[in-house]
Amino acid sequence: MAEFVRVDSSTSSHTMDKSIILPPDEIFRNLENAKRFAIDIGGSLTKLAYYSTVQHKVAKVRSFDHTSKEATNDNLYEISVQEEVTARLHFIKFENAYIETCLDFIKDHLVNTDTKVIKATGGGAHKFKELIERKLGLKVDKEDEMTCLIKGCNFVLRNIPHEAFVFAKHTESEYRFQTTQPDIFPYLLVNIGSGVSIVKVESEDTFERIGGSSIGGGTFWGLGALLTKTKGFDELLQLASKGQHTSVDMLVKDIYGGSYGSLGLTGDLIASSFGKSATADKEFSKEDMAKSLLHMISNDIGQLACLYAKMHNLSRVYFGGFFIRGHPVTMHTITYSINFFTKGEVQALFLRHEGYLGAIGAFLKGAEEDNPNQYSWGENYAGSSGLMSVSPDMNPMQRARSGTFDMLEMDRLERKLVNLPLLQDASSYIPDTVDLIEDAPAREYWLFCFEEALDGVVKRAVASQPDMPEAAERAEKFRQKYRHKLQTLRHQPFAYGSLTVRSLLDTREHCLNEFNFPDPYCKIKQQENDMALKYYQKAVKALDGLSWEQRQFALVRGVLAGNVFDWGAKAVSDVLESDPEFGFEQAKRQLEERPWLVDSYDQWFERLKGPPHKCALFFVDNSGVDIILGVMPFVRELLSRGTEVVLASNSGPALNDVTNGELQILTKSIAAMDPVIQSSLEQDRLILVQSGSSSPCLDLSRLDKVLAMVVRERNIDLVIIEGMGRAIHTNYYAMLSCESLKMAVIKNSWLADRLGGKLFSVVFKYEVPITDHLSVALTP
Amino acid sequence: MDKAKSMMDKKGASGPFHVTNGQAFHANGSCCSGSTFSSSSSSGPNSSSSPSSSSSSSFEASMHHLHRGEDAECNGSPAKRCRLRKRTESVRRSRPPFPWFGMDIGGTLVKLVYFEPVDITAEEEQEEVENLKSIRRYPHLKRKTGVRDVHLELRNLTMCGRTGNLHFIRFPTQAMPRFIQMGRDKNFSSLHTTLCATGGGAYKFENEFRSMADLELLKLDELDCLIRGLLYVDRVSFNGHPEGYYFENPSDTQSCVKKTCTLDNPFPMLLVNIGSGVSILAVYSENDYKRVTGTSLGGGTFLGLCCLLTGCETFEEALEMASKGDSTNVDKLVKDIYGGDYERFGLQGSAVASSFGHMMSKEKRDSISKEDLAKATLVTITNNIGSIARMCAVNE
Repeated sequence: MAEFVRVDSSTSSHTMDKSIILPPDEIFRNLENAKRFAIDIGGSLTKLAYYSTVQHKVAKVRSFDHTSKEATNDNLYEISVQEEVTARLHFIKFENAYIETCLDFIKDHLVNTDTKVIKATGGGAHKFKELIERKLGLKVDKEDEMTCLIKGCNFVLRNIPHEAFVFAKHTESEYRFQTTQPDIFPYLLVNIGSGVSIVKVESEDTFERIGGSSIGGGTFWGLGALLTKTKGFDELLQLASKGQHTSVDMLVKDIYGGSYGSLGLTGDLIASSFGKSATADKEFSKEDMAKSLLHMISNDIGQLACLYAKMHNLSRVYFGGFFIRGHPVTMHTITYSINFFTKGEVQALFLRHEGYLGAIGAFLKGAEEDNPNQYSWGENYAGSSGLMSVSPDMNPMQRARSGTFDMLEMDRLERKLVNLPLLQDASSYIPDTVDLIEDAPAREYWLFCFEEALDGVVKRAVASQPDMPEAAERAEKFRQKYRHKLQTLRHQPFAYGSLTVRSLLDTREHCLNEFNFPDPYCKIKQQENDMALKYYQKAVKALDGLSWEQRQFALVRGVLAGNVFDWGAKAVSDVLESDPEFGFEQAKRQLEERPWLVDSYDQWFERLKGPPHKCALFFVDNSGVDIILGVMPFVRELLSRGTEVVLASNSGPALNDVTNGELQILTKSIAAMDPVIQSSLEQDRLILVQSGSSSPCLDLSRLDKVLAMVVRERNIDLVIIEGMGRAIHTNYYAMLSCESLKMAVIKNSWLADRLGGKLFSVVFKYEVPITDHLSVALTP
Repeated sequence: MDKAKSMMDKKGASGPFHVTNGQAFHANGSCCSGSTFSSSSSSGPNSSSSPSSSSSSSFEASMHHLHRGEDAECNGSPAKRCRLRKRTESVRRSRPPFPWFGMDIGGTLVKLVYFEPVDITAEEEQEEVENLKSIRRYPHLKRKTGVRDVHLELRNLTMCGRTGNLHFIRFPTQAMPRFIQMGRDKNFSSLHTTLCATGGGAYKFENEFRSMADLELLKLDELDCLIRGLLYVDRVSFNGHPEGYYFENPSDTQSCVKKTCTLDNPFPMLLVNIGSGVSILAVYSENDYKRVTGTSLGGGTFLGLCCLLTGCETFEEALEMASKGDSTNVDKLVKDIYGGDYERFGLQGSAVASSFGHMMSKEKRDSISKEDLAKATLVTITNNIGSIARMCAVNE
């Protein structure tokens, strides 16, 4: 059975807590324009979902009109902060005890009157139907639980990278997150509520309950309560985590004296659950009985799940329901059972947002006219609580959590995101180079590094809005929020999926946006762009004066030197801040001499002697010197060779990375100075596209759909990725199906040290896909 | 895990061999739960013919001879008969001395089969009378621990050319030390040095048999024995009646009837052996089988949980209580959650949604009867075994 209905009045929802005062700023956000409510009421937790539109500030760039150029300054473009409206999904989870208070709160703050119905699901929905209708004046429209569950499951699997994880107790990293699969179907969902439902999901709308069992969470709770006289589910789990099942269970060795060798059954296997309790003259401890019961139920469910997975030939099996709901104890016993019965062939997968699936699904049912599935959505790290452990053994004080409101917020992304078609194997692509959950020293360093850099970011944020007196206050709020996130991640690195340098950077961007600092570097970028533009012609002229051979090397050095200009790297931002005159030439001198740390320049050079590439896709990095004096001349050379170029830049701001909006303006003014660029633009041989990202890093599995389309149309045969964020922190090991060039300067001494280099070491990685060689070699 | 203890043979009148869901499973092989008494009892202790260490070969050989012996008495050409007679005589010469018995030492119960010849000679009587008496008397003397299932007795069997009755005795594995003690007191080892035994206890108690009673155990694999035993009882039949049975129309209490059956064409079959734990075997022929899976939720779990929940002490007591209880007071049904059938998934309202699900509520816990709890435990365990067995049958 899917959900369960808690009947136990002692811990139940009947005892409404009205005294609680909700911190409205943090919990029911954006209620003013909320619409499309959905609610999932389980046995102990209520999950509320709604859709809102969020107004937030975005920095826009606009070229000055040349006719009115007598304006106050000589900037190339102006920056204006505009209000932008984006869609956001809010999910809030709280104990049933607060349901009335929450409904009152919603009623008081709900302005939008369009909303007429509230979609409801979950076993408790009918019980609270009358209350909801009375309080909110909305008609309760009940939706099938299982349908909601599956819809929600599909949604999170598709939209949240690192949603699913494998749980491995007693290892360095208990949570091992799975990368998003391009195709999420088919899968098996084992929902362990009071009973167990086993559902095979084959597509968005096709699923089938292929089996189930009555031995589930209700059995653990009911039987456990009888055996141990313990009332609550959580207390039972806590007991179980302390018990020894071997005193209650009959093991193989209790019967055989050792293992049953001929069948390969080890002595420690349970031969008969509760087999030793069939005696009148012995007392058993509560802990031991609870443990034995937990094993019995987990093993049984695991066995059934394996049998069904085998019968239907499915290898992806997700577990959810209140029995699991993030409890490490049950995740461990289920994992153990699945490993045992499938001999490791099937992995038990769990979901970070498992508790929200029903609410998400109910919401999606109600929002069908908005076509939420047509869009891509992204988890907003600033507004989401992340995965908190409710483990009794990890958190013995967990009774105190009853006042906790867990939240998930998802932003509707402007564009649909898809895989880069050039990935060699999209299903095994992992953007991030280092998993900080597994790599403890790296985690330690980067958390420290981001904490250290926080003051600078706050200062930068305030400075970016000199006209706004409350900026300092907001910046302080940002500091608190981000510091809190860092602290959470220190204790629970798994809270937001895989912890990576990218996720730390993205979280920072989300938090900055949250407090209306949409682009703290906009002014700096503007200054640098203006300054660098002045040198463009001189730089190009100098390059043109070189021999072909010298020029090729100078161009590469130019890109690398330009990449030294980076506010994202602490070592550099210190220098930049103290010495604004830090010039391009100085940067070149800082560069490591060849041979570089990773150096395939010779191969690249050889390749350049060959026929030109058809079309290159260039993922650019920073604004200013980097893009104008480093990248553009390099692009110019490619164009001159007859190679078309697609410049991919960020859709939204992140650090001092050049955005698509900025790049459009920059390219136009370069074109005005440079006939090569000019003609290429005119002939459509140089095009600018947005990546769909607002991150200093690059996830090639989540790129703008238009970019992917361009890639297909243009027959891209060279991908260039530039910068530490895109080519080192991410994509360092990315395998592409065409030639690729990864260029970066290591601007972090710790990372340089780790990679065996030193500060300003160069990574120049030119790769030709192995399969090409193979196919050539295999062709007679 | 197979504990070689059958719930069925403890049920008393129902007999040791049981075919569930008969028709539904017949095509795939029957789903059986049988007492794993060892047919090695017919070979007896191997004192003279071969050393006890070569267990399986001597076992095979004795079975082979036994079959030939039976053939000889029925048909065949004169020459063949003559040859066979010689062989039979050689069997007779190498035939182990009485008493013949085999034991299966499970996790909870020890099952003992004992062949009592009725064509006993005076000489033999003289020779073996003391031991026979002790064996026969054992269960009666230890009324509280041992039970002889008189109703299960197989009469007028022919084994190794001798005619006699096969007795079935059981006692708790906990009483094993006392049994070994008895073996020493009665000086079993004066007649036998080896004893055929199977089940986990054959391994666990081997040293105690050797050191305390000076007896060697001829250890036989319990699953081998299980299959042999099953095929044997089916072949000899239960005193003229088929050994196996199944229930027709099992889901309809009105028209549900018990029907007997024989294993005329048994392979392949799924053999579900419910001891303390459960082993599920796919059997392709007498010697070719594999253990598909097992579950720890078996007879031991039923008894163990019943003891904890109701304070009962014996299996009989637990079953007796279960027969009087109503599990719907304990289990949460589909209709308790959905008000009726859950049509979306074709689940009937009467289906159990959550075993012991009602027990999440304190009021219901306080008002529940022991009988209801025993019944719910039985239903939970049997449904689960049925479900796993069905899946295995489909998968295999």
